[in-house]
Amino acid sequence: MPHLLGFYLPRQGKLRLQKWYVPLSDKEKKKITRELVQTVLARKPKMCSFLEWRDLKIVYKRYASLYFCCAIEDQDNELITLEIIHRYVELLDKYFGSVCELDIIFNFEKAYFILDEFLLGGEAQETSKKNVLKAIEQADLLQEVRSLATA
Amino acid sequence: MPAVSKGDGMRGLAVFISDIRNCKSKEAEIKRINKELANIRSKFKGDKALDGYSKKKYVCKLLFIFLLGHDIDFGHMEAVNLLSSNKYTEKQIGYLFISVLVNSNSELIRLINNAIKNDLSSRNPTFMCLALHCIANVGSREMAEAFAGEIPRILVAGDTMDSVKQSAALCLLRLYKTSPDLVLMGEWTSRVVHLLNDQHMGVVTAAISLITCLSQKNPDEFKTCVSLAVSRLSRIVSSASTDLQDYTYYFVPAPWLSCKLLRLLQCYPPPEDGAVKGRLVECLETILNKAQEPPKSKKVQHSNAKNAILFEAISLIIHYDSEPNLLVRACNQLGQFLQHRETNLRYLALESMCTLASSEFSHEAVKTHIETVINALKTERDVSVRQRAADLLYAMCDRSNAKQIVAEMLSYLETADYSIREEMVLKVAILAEKYAVDYSWYVDTILNLIRIAGDYVSEEVWYRVIQIVINRDDVQGYAAKTVFEALQAPACHENMVKVGGYILGEFGNLIAGDPRSSPLVQFNLLHSKFHLCSVPTRALLLSAYIKFINLFPETKSTIQEVLRSDSQIRNSDVELQQRAVEYLKLSSIASTDVLATVLEEMPPFPERESSILAKLKKKKGPGAVSVNELEEGKREAGELNGGGERGGDSSAISTPSPSADLLGLRAGHPVTAAAPSAGSLLVDVFSETGFIHYGRLMLLIFLRTHERTITKPVPFLAVPACLSASHTLLSLALRFVCKNNGVLFENQLLQIGIKSEYRQNLGRIYLFYGNKTSVQFVTFTTTLNVQSKPVEPLIEGGAQVQQVINIECLTDFSDAPLLNIKFRYGGALQNLTLKLPVTINKFFQPTEMASHDFFQRWKQLSQPQQEAQKIFKASHAMDTEVLKAKLLGLGMALLENVDPNPENFVCAGVIQSKAQQVGSLLRLEPNAQAQMYRLTVRSSKDTVSKRLCELLAEQF
Repeated sequence: MPHLLGFYLPRQGKLRLQKWYVPLSDKEKKKITRELVQTVLARKPKMCSFLEWRDLKIVYKRYASLYFCCAIEDQDNELITLEIIHRYVELLDKYFGSVCELDIIFNFEKAYFILDEFLLGGEAQETSKKNVLKAIEQADLLQEVRSLATA
Repeated sequence: MPAVSKGDGMRGLAVFISDIRNCKSKEAEIKRINKELANIRSKFKGDKALDGYSKKKYVCKLLFIFLLGHDIDFGHMEAVNLLSSNKYTEKQIGYLFISVLVNSNSELIRLINNAIKNDLSSRNPTFMCLALHCIANVGSREMAEAFAGEIPRILVAGDTMDSVKQSAALCLLRLYKTSPDLVLMGEWTSRVVHLLNDQHMGVVTAAISLITCLSQKNPDEFKTCVSLAVSRLSRIVSSASTDLQDYTYYFVPAPWLSCKLLRLLQCYPPPEDGAVKGRLVECLETILNKAQEPPKSKKVQHSNAKNAILFEAISLIIHYDSEPNLLVRACNQLGQFLQHRETNLRYLALESMCTLASSEFSHEAVKTHIETVINALKTERDVSVRQRAADLLYAMCDRSNAKQIVAEMLSYLETADYSIREEMVLKVAILAEKYAVDYSWYVDTILNLIRIAGDYVSEEVWYRVIQIVINRDDVQGYAAKTVFEALQAPACHENMVKVGGYILGEFGNLIAGDPRSSPLVQFNLLHSKFHLCSVPTRALLLSAYIKFINLFPETKSTIQEVLRSDSQIRNSDVELQQRAVEYLKLSSIASTDVLATVLEEMPPFPERESSILAKLKKKKGPGAVSVNELEEGKREAGELNGGGERGGDSSAISTPSPSADLLGLRAGHPVTAAAPSAGSLLVDVFSETGFIHYGRLMLLIFLRTHERTITKPVPFLAVPACLSASHTLLSLALRFVCKNNGVLFENQLLQIGIKSEYRQNLGRIYLFYGNKTSVQFVTFTTTLNVQSKPVEPLIEGGAQVQQVINIECLTDFSDAPLLNIKFRYGGALQNLTLKLPVTINKFFQPTEMASHDFFQRWKQLSQPQQEAQKIFKASHAMDTEVLKAKLLGLGMALLENVDPNPENFVCAGVIQSKAQQVGSLLRLEPNAQAQMYRLTVRSSKDTVSKRLCELLAEQF
């Protein structure tokens, strides 16, 4: 099960989204993030997408300017984790319509909602793209209906 | 889908985010944020009640600020308010804030839990999901307490929506991980297991994570999941790529679920039911077959998903380790991946093959890939892949290919990345030892290791080669010859000098016949390296030199000259100086026989776990070594290390204590164990002086003379002169039963002061010999019981010499060591024998206890031999305070308010010896009228009770 999932810009190393599935103090989280950003940014292209880090495995993939990165446990499957990242990117892409970094910055809360529909507690909850988006759509619809009703 | 209306009308938020993005500097950003925080704070505090929309907007801004990495200390209450909003988006933002910024404020938790409870019972699936997501994200114990009972019900209820079931399953998993004691499946177990049969793939995908976790903890209760999982897997594997509609991912049917099913099966042994097992084997074969089929898509996602299942299936095959056919097929498949153009696949294949190598069925098949793996080690551009290749070579190594693999690893080491060198060195050292058929190869390998990667050769590695050379007499000559040759190199690593010094010091005689390596040539070679070495190495070399004096008497004068030189004997490093002084004296004073005894060849080391293996274990490197391998390595290491047939020998002689490193070079080991039969006390000889073997010396002695000339003599005490040629002052020692410092002896010539300190079973005594006259004492020697060892033989008039004696209490004892002192004063021989004031009570550890405990223990020690009692007349005034001071000086805890009679004294303590701890209780009953005492001692060992009673009877 993933311990955390985050993605960030390469040059500034700024975290755009982070999700922790194990309880840690803020201090520890910041330390891990710093270390991880350094480690992953030091990797050259064409290198293997997996690396050992502390007693965890890091699975990462770069999409344009963003790195997506998962920390998993020793017995977890690296390749399927790589596809978890990809599916999440697909979900964002479909929802925002050709997603770009700005979408995630300005609608960060949506990025979190989509993530919660897809992964919960670090485990895949719903892997069907249709079903995840349907849930989000419904919520959006609900919001519009309410907005209309109260307007 | 159209782009979403940005910010849902939260224009303020979008503007704020833009402002932040436009900030040119960190300072500007902080300024803008502080402004915003002030604004939000005033809004929240304002009199005007905020509407839901504004609250949502501000809470969302706070969240954004927090996610930028700033601290947020308010707004929690407003977020909690949002939870009870009936507007979905407000509720949603409230939950998000709570999930990200949980606060352990109990008041808030109660409110949050209330809101969650309302949503869970709302029967509105979107609200229920929000609440469940929040529980899963926070996962605190408080939430487990509130909801662990409710969620299983939601999970299995017939009318629960699928999406809610999915959230409930993973929510429960999270709670189970935080508080397993609160999540009780009980009656729900069977219905949860049957979720594997659910029609909705999403429900199965979510539920299986929960089931896997629960199965790991309670395999028996959940074992029915095996057959369900197999049939589910079988259906997926045999389905056409389009059957599963949206659960097909790049033409691969349900890859996530497939992986999770295979993972679940790894919690169990192979199915016992033949039909189930047959079906599973079929699945595994199908998965292996599919790997050979042409890909249905060129997309990497297709191959990743397909191979994710394949690797998981191989893990299961390895886990079962019972199907030779499947194991070999798995191995062949991985073999293909070893040369795949995808780095990821090569990496995973190397990793997976490591585990295959340890199976007896596939070990040989793995070995056939040796050339490919060696090639990977040489050519892979990514260090993490090379690391995997090195791990695999290590795992596939056996007697048949050890020489090749070790050679390859050695040549890789020359260019290996710094990050993995140390581990590589350990691995080479272990393989060389484990598979050594002839020891000359072993010695060559380790010396090569030191040559190539000397900096990464840890102490454990070079200790080990010495251990082995010492224990194998067939390799000693070769080792001496090889190190001699290696040391010829103009620049050789310091570790090489250490090994060389040690081995030549022990076995240099084996090659001394050759004039090219005559004793003096050997010595000059070693000494040519001396000045470039660090202090510990120099110390070791000095020990090698003194060994040379014993091995080759003809080198004595040359070596003494070296020892005598200012750079040694006045070295600023106390250890080096001390060795130089001691060795010089030893070589000039001791007879050949004594020299030969003290400097005898090291005895074989006792069998023990290879220190290298222990180190690798500690490193627990990636793919390091499985436990089995380690155990195997240990067995073989034991064999190599001298084996059982020599075990008898080694018990009779000194064995280095297990905590001490093999050379005793590390500081902080003041005391080494002596032969168990050697008596109850031990003081080590040449502690920290390296490989001087002193095991056969019967009892004590040490030898550390720190010459410290004190310009002003210790003030004299007027003591009746008792100067005779020889006399014994045994009873003086009794004065020190209850104290540690003072004047041990004094006459007109000599004053001996003593200072001692004890901790646990260790003690250290400082003796100060003060010359009270103005004439020097010559040939001043001190002898402790059996063994004699020179102190600085001259004590100048008015000067003082200090001697340190280290003591370890091995077991209880009654006789104190005797110290004999001889010296010449103006031509007349003086001879003194003193008892060192070392008594059993010095090793007391005080124990505080209450009255109840004391009497309970007192009763437990009720066997007649455990008690010793004495009734005796008081020899001093019966002053309570004086008695108390004496009892405290004894080292036990003086227990107040324990004895019902306030006149009596009771004490408790534990004697710390190496062999055991002896708990002791004492009771002293004074009778003032009769001027008598009754002393009772009880302890778990009869000899201790007796001895304590004897000692104390003299004190009061």
